[in-house]
Amino acid sequence: MAVGIGTEQVTGGAPVPGAALLGTGSPRRRQRALRLPRSPKIIVGLAMLTFFVLLSVIGPLVAPYSPDQIFANSPVPLPPSSAHWLGTTNLQQDVFSQLLAGGSDMLLVSFIAGVIATALSVVIGVTAGYLGGLADDLLSMLANIFLVMPALPLLVILFGFLGKTGSNDLFLIGFIISVTGWAWGARVLRAQTLSLRNRDYVDSAKIIGERRSRIIFAEILPNLTPIVASSFLFTVLYAVGTYTAMAFLGLVNPNWSWGGILYYAQGANAELTGYWWWYIPPGLAVALLGTSLVLLNFGIDEFINPRLRAAGLSRRGGDRKRARALRSQQFALTPVLPVSRPPAAPLDTTAATAGNGGRA
Amino acid sequence: MLVIARRLFFYLVTAAIAISLDFLIPRMIPGNPVDAILSKMQGVTITPATIHALDLQFGVNTSASLWGQYTHFWNNVLHGNLGVSTANAFEPVSTVIRQALPYTLGLVGVATLISFVLGTAIGAIVAWKRGSWLDNLLPVVTFFQAAPYFFLAFLAIDVFAVTLGWFPSARAANATDFPAFNWTYISDVLDHSLLPAMTIVVASAAGWIVGMRNVMLTTMDEDYVLIAAAKGLPKRRVIWYAARNAILPSVSGFALAIGFIVSGALLTEIVFSYPGLGSLLLQAVQNNDYELMQGLFLIITFAVLAANLIADFVYVFLDPRTRQEA
Repeated sequence: MAVGIGTEQVTGGAPVPGAALLGTGSPRRRQRALRLPRSPKIIVGLAMLTFFVLLSVIGPLVAPYSPDQIFANSPVPLPPSSAHWLGTTNLQQDVFSQLLAGGSDMLLVSFIAGVIATALSVVIGVTAGYLGGLADDLLSMLANIFLVMPALPLLVILFGFLGKTGSNDLFLIGFIISVTGWAWGARVLRAQTLSLRNRDYVDSAKIIGERRSRIIFAEILPNLTPIVASSFLFTVLYAVGTYTAMAFLGLVNPNWSWGGILYYAQGANAELTGYWWWYIPPGLAVALLGTSLVLLNFGIDEFINPRLRAAGLSRRGGDRKRARALRSQQFALTPVLPVSRPPAAPLDTTAATAGNGGRA
Repeated sequence: MLVIARRLFFYLVTAAIAISLDFLIPRMIPGNPVDAILSKMQGVTITPATIHALDLQFGVNTSASLWGQYTHFWNNVLHGNLGVSTANAFEPVSTVIRQALPYTLGLVGVATLISFVLGTAIGAIVAWKRGSWLDNLLPVVTFFQAAPYFFLAFLAIDVFAVTLGWFPSARAANATDFPAFNWTYISDVLDHSLLPAMTIVVASAAGWIVGMRNVMLTTMDEDYVLIAAAKGLPKRRVIWYAARNAILPSVSGFALAIGFIVSGALLTEIVFSYPGLGSLLLQAVQNNDYELMQGLFLIITFAVLAANLIADFVYVFLDPRTRQEA
């Protein structure tokens, strides 16, 4: 299939993967977009993410109790039982209900932060990459400053001074997190814009006399889509972690959140007293939600740079043979294919291996 | 050396911006931090001088111009005067931080180094053996990459310190030990730092593994690797040639990673009640100790910038191309 084009030209380096692949025309892109869900990483990631989004939306409605309701029948947290599926806290609140209530605010904040930070990084990254010169120098420096400055202590000051009033405003929290999280995306987008700027099709658009805004919005931005998507997912992941960390420190706690449950669990030394049902569910929920985002990001990375594809999550004999054949090809300057294989499908081997691995 | 000079200039600018943010944030955000501090000071005699000092610090009720306050703030920072910590009996913030800093530097420094070396080596091997059983590591790595550090710390304490009893569960040394430069104390400190250090290593190695694997896969296709293999060099040498080049983006990506690792490590310290900067951060949050927060932000930023500068030196050492420029 069309994806085979350009594999051998993929430029190296982590920040600008698959530059050559992105320059192709739109019908081909549509084809590849249709192929996207075939990667097991994307399927698993999407399924997990959907689960957590549904959990956060429906969760509060189907929760057996109110997360604040106190069942005063024991001085210590009670282990899981039929009445309390995930046991209770030291205040005799239902952990399961808190878990169901804890996802929505976090997801909303992370989504807000992801949208704002991605918008910032597209504006700043594309501007810097396309304009070049002094504007590029200054914007890159700004991005690098935000990149090296450690976010946690900065966020602690910001939320610390905002105090109780500010820490209840979900939009404000999302905005503050996005301010500390846009720089990575901007840097990657700048590098990619820089490489797209000098492509032939951009040059020809310039020669035809297209306006600068049209070149940016119609010629360059569409080819940045996978990178924009990947930096959006990355920022959402960052926001999930940051919001959880802030809640864990007790800085933001408007309603229940998974970080907030961990805050109370840590305050009551749940890890020292073996109240695993109290801290494992929220921690695992954050970790698995994060895993789904990382998997999706990997899927997109492999889509941009097919060389990254492993031979799948699990494997059987047939796959292994194919994988070995694939590995032996790695030393070839041009892909030398086994005679039995039709020469038109060098990369389908990779794709098929990845696909089969997931199905097996 | 031109590269290093340019990076040094960049770090100085970043440090200056950090100091300016430290000055501006309390003045930009509505609300009166002085009232918040005074409300927390129960049982302490508050003299007008104290209130005046706090007013000066946060720019409340002062007739001085913003610029005048700004230069005053710089003067204080340059003299190492970061104010007083209300949560620590009004000790100077610099003293409070100085007591905690060695613990964090030791723990996070060593853990970061181990995780970088280990993660990079594993990443190189996973890439080299692409298609083998080692690929099964990747989903596991993905999980650790996404799990919050402090959640792993919860698990580590419950499993290894409490249930199995292999490690102490909290603090940096036994309460009965007196800090001294002898083997009893040093071995005690090492014993207490093992579990938090391993937690940080496990949590942060994932990023290096994935990063190294991805670059290594591209590097393995380079002609010089092909030549090395064609010459019949031992496999180990060939891997070394590829890995040596693939490591460069990991070193230059250090800037992004170190911020995350430090943030995660500080939260890990809190779970372990480790007496480093992380526990101070929690203390500052719980007591509205703004000056301690501000001081911590500056010190942590400076430490991260210093770590970046070291990474830059390593990069210049590793990549001869950066040395030709000058």
